[in-house]
Amino acid sequence: MSANAAAAGPHRRRLHRWLTAEVTTSPQQASLQRLYFGWLRFRRNPLAMIGLSILLALIVIALLAPWLAHYGSNDQDLYARLKPPSAAHWLGTDELGRDIYSRLIWGSRITLYIACLVAIIAAPVGLIVGTTSGYLGGWTDTVLMRVTDIFLSFPGLVLALAFVAALGPGIENAVIAIALTAWPPIARLARAETLTIRSSDYIAAIRIQGASPLRIIVKHVMPMCVPSVIVRITLNMAGIILTAAGLGFLGLGAQPPSPEWGAMLSTGRQYLIGAWWLAAMPGLAILLTSLAFNLFGDGLRDVLDPRTE
Amino acid sequence: MTAAAEGRSPQPRRLPPWVRAGWRVGSSIVVTLLGLLGLTFFIGRMLPIDPVIAIVGEQAEQSTYDMVYKQLGLDRPLYVQFGYFIRDMMSGNFGQALFTGNRVIDDLRRVFPATIELATFAICIGVFVGVPVGMLAAVYRGRAIDHVARMVGLIGYSSPTFWLGLMGLVIFYAALGWVGGPGRLDVYFIDVVDLVTGSVLIDSAIAGEWDVFRNAFSHIVLPGSILGFASMAYISRMTRSFMLEQLGQEYVIAARVKGLSKWRVIWRHAFRNILVQLITVIALAYAFLLEGAVLTETVFAWPGFGRYLTAGLLAGDMNAVLACTLIIGLIFVGLNLLSDLLYRLLDPRTR
Repeated sequence: MSANAAAAGPHRRRLHRWLTAEVTTSPQQASLQRLYFGWLRFRRNPLAMIGLSILLALIVIALLAPWLAHYGSNDQDLYARLKPPSAAHWLGTDELGRDIYSRLIWGSRITLYIACLVAIIAAPVGLIVGTTSGYLGGWTDTVLMRVTDIFLSFPGLVLALAFVAALGPGIENAVIAIALTAWPPIARLARAETLTIRSSDYIAAIRIQGASPLRIIVKHVMPMCVPSVIVRITLNMAGIILTAAGLGFLGLGAQPPSPEWGAMLSTGRQYLIGAWWLAAMPGLAILLTSLAFNLFGDGLRDVLDPRTE
Repeated sequence: MTAAAEGRSPQPRRLPPWVRAGWRVGSSIVVTLLGLLGLTFFIGRMLPIDPVIAIVGEQAEQSTYDMVYKQLGLDRPLYVQFGYFIRDMMSGNFGQALFTGNRVIDDLRRVFPATIELATFAICIGVFVGVPVGMLAAVYRGRAIDHVARMVGLIGYSSPTFWLGLMGLVIFYAALGWVGGPGRLDVYFIDVVDLVTGSVLIDSAIAGEWDVFRNAFSHIVLPGSILGFASMAYISRMTRSFMLEQLGQEYVIAARVKGLSKWRVIWRHAFRNILVQLITVIALAYAFLLEGAVLTETVFAWPGFGRYLTAGLLAGDMNAVLACTLIIGLIFVGLNLLSDLLYRLLDPRTR
């Protein structure tokens, strides 16, 4: 590493020295150091780096979609229906002559939108329920954990299906349904973490100083649970994407003509025998994304949880 | 909730321990059951469709509407409705399935064996491939086979089963013609064998109708393998980590030092010790198969539970959907409980 840094410019060398200093001079430096060391460990894991690269590429593709896509997501060319992959249409065209490559690129936005929205809803809910339950204990704990268990006693997809059936199909309802099934494992995890934190000395010290339970939970317990919650939601992200695609495939998530990958697969199914690329391409995109999340999540867990080594 | 709280508080001394344990397990089952019912009831109430209009239609007269409204008990308070709901569900009265015209319970009786057959086929693949692969990966840790097993497992976790199913159909059915197409049997084999056990494979074998058996096998092999792929990934991963834990123990080294062969130690000593943990993992994998079956059955037009559920969903038939959801929840809880009990029963350390 040091040779690497020496080869770089003086700024980079100074940054490296600052990030690896034995004695830190400010809290910012200390927390940045932790991040830096974590990154160094993460970088050693080639599979995790592959996952991270795919995810970064996906984000870039979603951001640059207007420039990368050759056509709009619904541009039809009825003279070029069901054409196999070629130079003009890299991944072929669908039953309305729409360019599949372009639709996949537009669809990456929808996939990321669903994944982020579910994470933004489910992670805080799980964190709040888990830490409250773990810190307060007693009746609150019994009630909250019973509710969590009941949600956990359905397979995620089936519960999401039931919620979508009640709410009606559509992408927003799919997000709500998936989020409703995604928070319980996070609550379980946050509770387990809280139970170990609760009995530590620093919590006792704050309590003696007169901090309210709310303040302790929000200011002193939750920040400690955040890393593992992030890892868990990243690992679950693969499942979330598969569930979302499954809902789209069954016609209960995003509705055609939306270029959502699951919905595209569902249409492609009707042309399966003659035009396999209609179903193959969106499925590959789903596989690649969920694989990337799994690889990235595994690497992240190795960094943040040294017990697995 | 009361039951659970009392279950945790210390009981009077005179009760023997197994009664106390039974009380705790029993009360937690009752609370979970009530929770399952409550959640499904709640989902049923979120429905934006008016259940009365779903039955009488838009053009019905006000008097008809009011009558059905009363018959459904919608004029009663919510907790009374919940009471009726519990009574109905407990007695297996899930109502009529509007999209088939049958009672939901009769439909379920018809479709369930097909799913059980598919899931059992899949779990066999998961176990008979997953366990040896996991063992090999643990024994040859860090070598090529370990990496290959891990990559295959990761792909198993990450692939959408419905997509694998479609691609399987394209390759093995349409292009190569190795396997049968969608459905359980080809048209001219349907109703040749009377279903006794509900499994076409077993029934045709008993009846000695080997043509039917071969046809049924060619239909189940693709959906079963694809469904089994995901559980194989899970089972091999768990087997690997259980085995690694055992192989690091001193008794393994001691047995090797005594001169026992490598594979004898692995199978006779280490493997026996992970059996109990493996059984719990397999029970859980079976439960997750039911989830995978929903999508796989839709792709393969398998006349089972999952296809019934999705057909009910697309028809907006809440009776069928709620019944299916509740039953899957029950099976899930049951299998979890079973794996827990087996663990206690088989592992002497938990006594």
